Amino acid sequence: MAIDTSKVASSNSSAATPAKPSKAGAVATWADDRLGLATMAKKNLRKVFPDHWSFMLGEIALWSFVVLLLSGVFLTLWFTPSMSEVHYEGSYDQLRGIAMSEAMVSTLNISFDVRGGLLMRQMHHWAAMLFIASMMIHLLRVFFTGAHRKPRELNWVIGSLLLLLGTLEGFTGYSLPDDLLSGTGVRAADGFMKSIPVVGTYLSFFLFGGEFPGDAIIPRLYIIHVLLIPGLLLALIAAHMLLLVYHKHTQWPGPGRTEQNVVGFPMLPVYAAKAGGFFFIVFGVTALMGGLMQINPVWMYGPYDPSKVTAGSQPDWYMGWPDGALRIMPGWETHLWGDFTIAWNVFLPIIVLPGLMFTILMLLPFLESWITGDKRDHHLLQRPRNAPTRTALMVALMTFYGILWAAGGNDIIAIKLHMSINTITYWLRFLVFVGPVIAFLITRRWCISLQRHDNEKLLHGYETGIIMRSPEGGYSEKHLPISPARAYTLTARDRDEVYTVEGDVDENGIAAPASRKNALRARLSTLWFGDNVQKPTAEELEEAHHHAEHEHELQASLDGHAADGHQFDGHHSVDGETLRGGH
Amino acid sequence: MRFLNRSAGRLSRHRRSRLAGLALLLIGLLTTGGITYAVMPSSQAEDAQSNAVQVEEGRKLFLQGCSFCHGQNGEGIATVNGDNYGPSLVGVGAAAVHFQVETGRMPLAQPGVQGQVKPRTFSDEEVEQLAAFVASLGPGPARPNPEEYSVAGLTEEEREAAISRGGQIFLTNCTACHNFNGKGGAMPQGGFAPNLSDTEAVHIYEAMLTGPGQMDSFSNGNLSPEEKRDVIAYLYSLREQPSYGGFTLGGLGPVSEGMFAWLIGIGGLVGFAVWIAAHTTRTTKKKKVEA
Amino acid sequence: MSGHDNLPVQVEEPIDNPGLPEHHWRPTDVDPKAEKRAERQVAALFGLSAVCAVLFVVAYFALEVGDNHDTVLGMGASNVALGASLGGALLLIGVGIIQWARKLMADVELTEQRHPAASSDEDRALTVAALQAGLEESGIARRPLVRNSLLGAVAILGAPAVVLLRDLGPTNAQVSDAETGAGLEHTVWKKGMRVVRDVVGTPIRPSDVEIGDLFNAEPAAIFETDENGQPLIEGVPLQVAKSKAAVVLIRMDPADNTPARGRENWSVDGILCYSKICTHVGCPISLNERKTHHLLCPCHQSTFDLADAGRVIFGPAARALPQLPIAVDSEGYIVAQSDFTEPVGPSFWERDS
Repeated sequence: MAIDTSKVASSNSSAATPAKPSKAGAVATWADDRLGLATMAKKNLRKVFPDHWSFMLGEIALWSFVVLLLSGVFLTLWFTPSMSEVHYEGSYDQLRGIAMSEAMVSTLNISFDVRGGLLMRQMHHWAAMLFIASMMIHLLRVFFTGAHRKPRELNWVIGSLLLLLGTLEGFTGYSLPDDLLSGTGVRAADGFMKSIPVVGTYLSFFLFGGEFPGDAIIPRLYIIHVLLIPGLLLALIAAHMLLLVYHKHTQWPGPGRTEQNVVGFPMLPVYAAKAGGFFFIVFGVTALMGGLMQINPVWMYGPYDPSKVTAGSQPDWYMGWPDGALRIMPGWETHLWGDFTIAWNVFLPIIVLPGLMFTILMLLPFLESWITGDKRDHHLLQRPRNAPTRTALMVALMTFYGILWAAGGNDIIAIKLHMSINTITYWLRFLVFVGPVIAFLITRRWCISLQRHDNEKLLHGYETGIIMRSPEGGYSEKHLPISPARAYTLTARDRDEVYTVEGDVDENGIAAPASRKNALRARLSTLWFGDNVQKPTAEELEEAHHHAEHEHELQASLDGHAADGHQFDGHHSVDGETLRGGH
Repeated sequence: MRFLNRSAGRLSRHRRSRLAGLALLLIGLLTTGGITYAVMPSSQAEDAQSNAVQVEEGRKLFLQGCSFCHGQNGEGIATVNGDNYGPSLVGVGAAAVHFQVETGRMPLAQPGVQGQVKPRTFSDEEVEQLAAFVASLGPGPARPNPEEYSVAGLTEEEREAAISRGGQIFLTNCTACHNFNGKGGAMPQGGFAPNLSDTEAVHIYEAMLTGPGQMDSFSNGNLSPEEKRDVIAYLYSLREQPSYGGFTLGGLGPVSEGMFAWLIGIGGLVGFAVWIAAHTTRTTKKKKVEA
Repeated sequence: MSGHDNLPVQVEEPIDNPGLPEHHWRPTDVDPKAEKRAERQVAALFGLSAVCAVLFVVAYFALEVGDNHDTVLGMGASNVALGASLGGALLLIGVGIIQWARKLMADVELTEQRHPAASSDEDRALTVAALQAGLEESGIARRPLVRNSLLGAVAILGAPAVVLLRDLGPTNAQVSDAETGAGLEHTVWKKGMRVVRDVVGTPIRPSDVEIGDLFNAEPAAIFETDENGQPLIEGVPLQVAKSKAAVVLIRMDPADNTPARGRENWSVDGILCYSKICTHVGCPISLNERKTHHLLCPCHQSTFDLADAGRVIFGPAARALPQLPIAVDSEGYIVAQSDFTEPVGPSFWERDS
């Protein structure tokens, strides 16, 4: 399957070629003599990247990660990851003399006695939130546009791992100051571990170095937060980027774009400038947020104390959905043989459910390719409406996630909307199952109706808003054909092929071993593609154009006469007015 | 300031200073304000009424505005289910009356719903009378004196120590319902612990003392008057304290912080992304061919 | 395409690809004045950024933090100024670079050919051949004794790796001690230990407790000091003790209380003492509704009825709140009759009730 690679990226710029060897050239020569990078660099310096705003969501994640690294290093220069008890004698009056861990003291020190310390702390925290939020919207963009299909399934898995690790990184990070709010979260985490059957108490004791709270958890969370997880994150991000560069970025279908090419701007200078500029923008926005919006005011929470708690105890937003699952779970517990307890009420929502959700997330591309039987490479994106079941599936998952997220803030909802927290909880228990189903059904039908609308446009043109009256007295709206570029874009998608089971019995009538699996697969494939509207065939388009021309013949007498109030008669320009939809 | 001089004639306009209008306005405001202030009855209840007279006046007010739910003698009115329209007020004391009526919670706008802060119905004098009446029903906590909850008489060090200790007491006893900032929190069945940001010191004290509504009481055997004073001092210090990190975003903790991260952070950055990848202006002119 | 994917050949496309659209120039490409203006604009942005950076340095040294914290508009001045200036400096560089790219850099769309993700058949064949040659020369297929013994040795290396983690912490069985109150099943509460107010540490008489009061309380051991005034329990052991021993003390009308069987004498004239540690995942609870005696946990809204032996009436908790039996000692102070009769806090596997 060799593809013609003789056409390499060409340039249209008028940059002058240097007449004499430059300093940069000398340095490059020195380096290449030792590293031999020119071979790799020759292809990649002008590598083409397509340009669309939705392709920059992953960049937000990448750049906020860099911001996290930079601000994090700053914080490590002052933070003391120790739970030894000291009495605070710093400049925050309300806590003076109070006993607290050294971790808390160093955090207060950073916030009040190190210039720029509070800014860095807040920037670090805001960047963490942006990191995870941007990974999520990037994930949604990739999934809705079908960019997770072959050959990018592994990149999807890497991305899912990055999301999981990012969440854990955030949790370990905001627990480091050992303040009341995050300490309550650590206490809850201890409860989560204890709920695990058989090994629960061992895990709890090993993690905390004894009974809760012990004196080991903060230093251990610290090393997980600054060494172990960042190491994994860096490795996975590098792999993620390498695969992206190797596979080249996907692109939207359109004029000039095929599965075999990529159209866009070269790495040097345009893409590097846009990406580099965006880095500064992400950094700048984070700095503005860190300077103007207060986040995690640990001095008001005070140090962690197992007998104190604040109303509105929530984890950071990205842990909101497991917290919500925990809140709406009924209180189920089983006692085995009178000797053992299984705490389903904690184990299911906080251990089993997140594990299940992340596993499903990682398997989505493989599930889809198994159902559809589609083993081809895909480099052109799909509009979400052209994959109704896939879009509806993700919207259902989003609804499930969103309802649990809302459940995590049920007490804030209660006080802000003046509702009963008990009523909210009961409703959410119901909605968490019913909501995704309703969302799935609505989304799927909506996508299919959008597909029909697209086909209408292809076959009958777009509605001009001009009402014409025929000689007989009937009213009709004039349709005009859409431009060839747009028409092409609308048809630049695959036809759905439902997976069918061939007759898989051999000559002796023995059924193939996997036939039951294939039958299931065929059924699922039918459901997956059922009711989807396919693009019209060439014949159907021809027929539609004939029909349109016929209509134009009937209205030929109106040609040249400007429709009342308009400067064109429907398909010819009058007085130099340009046609709508020309692009 | 031109409009203030508009009615003046040409000659007058040259004689009057441009600030004349402003000065006149200020003088007028100060005068009317001052006169009003002078003739207004003092907010300190220094009426010379004797206690018996107060009780009687209070009883009249009580019959009018309170007895429908609380009974003609404040004994409470029970329902068939064992609930009540209004609980017995025997023994709740003057402090409870001051708290409930001065914050406007009582009279309730609607039975069965938690009382909310709203504009008061009774004047200071009337509150005194009501309180006297209710206090006469049975012995209960009296209104505290300002010295009891003020840190004014303390040295700088003592005040700091009081505020520190008040913070620890607040975090142990109060934040579970009222949140670390005193911004309030949810209670079962639609109830809520209210926001304390605008509550006066005396009302905080009285609320702790009497346990209004579903709030527990923190009687003087539970939190001593000094401890209550410390809590109030801490709350006031929170109010006076600058928000060191910028806008407080509501003081509700991670939920509002997450919302702002999404709305402003992601919203702003996606907005920038849309700008970065958008088509720039095009022109129909053609580029000159290089010579 | 071979394989079991069952996909037929692609149907002919209804519309042909019209190819890349004609390129339209930007004003900065054709008009030198517009170009110069854009250049100046970009340079101005960079210049403004430099100004912001200088402002940052000025603000860093001019604005105080710590004891004399400067404020502006009720906010910390240093933080606001440093954040705004740093943000401005960075943002303006970013905006400048983007403007440079959008207005001045060549924006003609280029085309590059893709390559299949898979390597060529020839490369694959060569790689497979190389792999097979290597494996053949190693003899791993022909020598099962060598191979299996290696696998076994490497597998067993897992044991030292796992075992090295054993001393991360003791087990519950190792620390459990009724005397000191260590372990999941015990707390520092003992027979005769006084219930004291949290934070201040003073003992409580029944007459101090009015109906409707809620005391946040601790065992007296938390506040005990030795002869030099040093606390007996402090630091981490103090936190461990508090995390199990914290209690709430409330008083209700004795008629309202329905004690559990066998717990009739666990209260003192309507005064009841319950664990403050939620049985769900261990948050401290003290949201009490005085009239209904419902105690609500702020973390996940588990609600317990204190007039009914701490039974769960709402929320994800599964077990009733443990109750501490109390009595009055000879000096009239409230004391515990014994430790809790069940483990306090969240459920765990070995819990037998």
